[in-house]
Amino acid sequence: MTALAYNSLHHASPQAADQIFLIVQHWIVSHAPAGLQSLLAILLSVVAIVGGFGLLFAITTILERKGLGRIQNRYGPNRVGFFGSLQPIADAIKSLTKEDIVPQTADKLVHLLAPILLVLAAFSVYAVLPVGRNMVLVNLDAGVLFFFAIGSVTEVAVFMAGWSSRNKYSLLGAMRAIAQMISYEVPLILSSLTVIMATGSLSTVTIVEKQAGFSRILPHWFLFTPWGFAGFVLFMIAATAESNRSPFDLPEGESEIIAGYYIEYSGFKFALFFLGEYLGMFAISGLAITLFLGGWNAPLPFLTWVPSYLWFFAKLLTLIVAFIWVRGTLPRLRMDQLMNFAWKFMLPMALLNLITAAVWHFMPSGPVRWLVSIVLVVVPYTLLGRNQMHKSHLEKRVYRFAE
Amino acid sequence: MLFTIFAALTIAGAVAAISLRNLVHSVLSLILAFAGLAAVYLLLGAQFIGFAQILVYVGAVAILIVFTILLTRNDGTFGTSSQASWNLGALIVIAVFGTLAWTIHSSAALQHALPPQPEATMQQIGTALMVRFALPLEVIGLLLTAALIGAATIALHEKQERP
Amino acid sequence: MTPLSSCLMLSALLFSVGFAGVLMRRNAILILIGIELMLNAANLNFIAFWRYGSAPEALTGVMFVIFSIGVAAAEAAVGLALIISIYRHRKTTQIDRINSMRG
Repeated sequence: MTALAYNSLHHASPQAADQIFLIVQHWIVSHAPAGLQSLLAILLSVVAIVGGFGLLFAITTILERKGLGRIQNRYGPNRVGFFGSLQPIADAIKSLTKEDIVPQTADKLVHLLAPILLVLAAFSVYAVLPVGRNMVLVNLDAGVLFFFAIGSVTEVAVFMAGWSSRNKYSLLGAMRAIAQMISYEVPLILSSLTVIMATGSLSTVTIVEKQAGFSRILPHWFLFTPWGFAGFVLFMIAATAESNRSPFDLPEGESEIIAGYYIEYSGFKFALFFLGEYLGMFAISGLAITLFLGGWNAPLPFLTWVPSYLWFFAKLLTLIVAFIWVRGTLPRLRMDQLMNFAWKFMLPMALLNLITAAVWHFMPSGPVRWLVSIVLVVVPYTLLGRNQMHKSHLEKRVYRFAE
Repeated sequence: MLFTIFAALTIAGAVAAISLRNLVHSVLSLILAFAGLAAVYLLLGAQFIGFAQILVYVGAVAILIVFTILLTRNDGTFGTSSQASWNLGALIVIAVFGTLAWTIHSSAALQHALPPQPEATMQQIGTALMVRFALPLEVIGLLLTAALIGAATIALHEKQERP
Repeated sequence: MTPLSSCLMLSALLFSVGFAGVLMRRNAILILIGIELMLNAANLNFIAFWRYGSAPEALTGVMFVIFSIGVAAAEAAVGLALIISIYRHRKTTQIDRINSMRG
C-alpha cells in the first residue's frame, strides 16, 4: 500500500491530487504500530473533519459579517488584519478569555452539558457526509437516517440550555426553537425521501454514486429533475428553519426575546453554541449537496479533473453565501406565519412531491414525463400559494397602542 | 464489554428517571436510558432500529414529555404513594423481577449460544415493509393519523361558551 | 451467560424498573415514563430473539419493533394529551388526587 502511495505521489496525476488526503493518511498510519493502525486512521479522519469544518466556521463568520455589512451599506469588521481578515482569531481569543458567568439559580450540570451535547451532535453527523471520492468516515447502510436521528438530538440540547438557565426569555426561546424544529423536520425528511425513493438506498455514498455521469452536458444530479428541484427548494427552506437562521430566527429574535435560549451563556460556552449552530448549518447544507447537488461530482464533463473535495466545498460555500444573502434581505416571520407555512404549505407540497417522484420513476423517459412532472409541481404550488395569499389580508395596517 | 457499559448506562438512566425528584431531570435521564438502549440495538446489529429509537424516542417522545411538563405545574412534592402501598409496590416489583430472572436463568433453550442471525440490510427491511408487511404498515399509518388528530382534539382548549 | 440471556436479563431489569415507576410514583407523567420503559424492554426482547434466536422466519423481530415503536409514539401522544386535559380541569397531575369518580 505504501509503495503504491509513493508511486502515485511521484506521478502527480489528477488521481493523486484527488486522493491526496487518503494517501497522506495511509502514509502516516503505515508508520504506526500494527495494533493501533485502525484506531489512528479513524482518529486522523476525525481530526481532519474537526479541523476542516472548524476552519470553515472561522471563514464563514468573517464572510457573514462582511457580507451583511455590504448588504446593509456599511463596512463590517475592518480593524484586525488585512480588511478585517483576522477577525475570527480575535473573536476566538476574546471568547476564550472572557469570564464564564453561570446564573446563581441555574441548574449547573445541565447548563454545562447543553453546549457540549450540541457541539458533539453537530460534529457526529459529519461522519456520514461524503466530502470527496472515498472520503467518508463511515459508510453507514442507514446514513441518512443516522443524520436525521443525530440531528434530532439538537432539540434536546436546545431544551437543556433554555430550561437550565432559569430565565423566562431563554425558556421561551427554547420552546420556540423546539416547536419550529419539530414542525420543519417533517417537510425536511419528506423532501429528502424523494431522493431515497429514486436511489433505493439510505447510504450517502450510494446516493452520490447514483448522481455521477452526464447526459451531454447536464450532470445527473437530482436537482435537474422537476421533483428534485422542488425537493431541493423545500429542503433548503426547511433547513433554514432547522438551523434557526433568518427569516426563521424567531428562537433568538434579538428584539423580542434578546437572544433566545443562550442568553445566559457567556465566554467559551457561548462560543460553543455559536460553533454548534454554524456546524449544523454546514452539515445540513452538506446533506442537501449529497442528496440533490450530486455530492462531490463535477458540474461539467470537462471539469472532472478538479479534485472531488474541492467541488464539495465549492458547493458548500455557494450554499453558505445563499444563506447569508437570505439573512441580509428577508425580514423575520411571525410565529403564526411560521407554523402556517410549515403545515399548510410545506407539508402538502412535500407530500405531493413524493407522488411526483413516483410518477417520474414509473413513466417512460421522454418529454411527456417532463411535462407531467412539471405540471404536478407547478399546479399545486400555484394553488397552495394563492390560497395562502388570500388568507392574509393585505390592507392598511391599523396600529393599536397599549393602554 | 461494550454491552456491559451500555447496559449499565441504560439501567442507570432508567433508575434515575423514575426516582429523581425533579421531573425535567427525570426526562433527561430517560433520554440517557433511550440512548443507551439505542446503542445496545446497534451492538445487536439492528442499525435501523437503533437510529429509529433515537429519532422517535429522543427526538419526539422525550420532547413531547418535556412539553407536557412545562405545560402543567408540578408542585415540588415527591409524588410517591403512601408508605404501605409503596412497600406493596416494591414487593410486587421484586417478585416480578425474581420470576423473570429465574425463568431466564433456568431456561434450557438459552443454555447453548446459537450463532447470531445476519444483520438486516436496509434493502431487506424496506422490501419486507413494502411487500410482506404492507398491510400492518398501512394500519400503523392510520393509527398514527388517528392518534395525532385525537391528541390535538383532547389537548385543544375547550371553548369557554357556557350559557 | 450467553449473549441472548444477558440481553434478556437487561430487558427484565428494565421492565422491572419501569414497573416500579408505575407502581411507586403518583405523578401521571412519571407513570407514563414507566410505561415507556416497559415498552422499550419488550422491544429489546424482540431484537434479542431476532438476533440470537433460531427463527426460521428472519426479520419478523425487527418488523415487530418497528410497529411497536409506531404504536408507542401514538400512545405517548394520546397519553400526554390526556394528562394536559386532566390538568386543565383539576390543576394537578398527581393521580391519587383525581378521585372524584370514587364511589
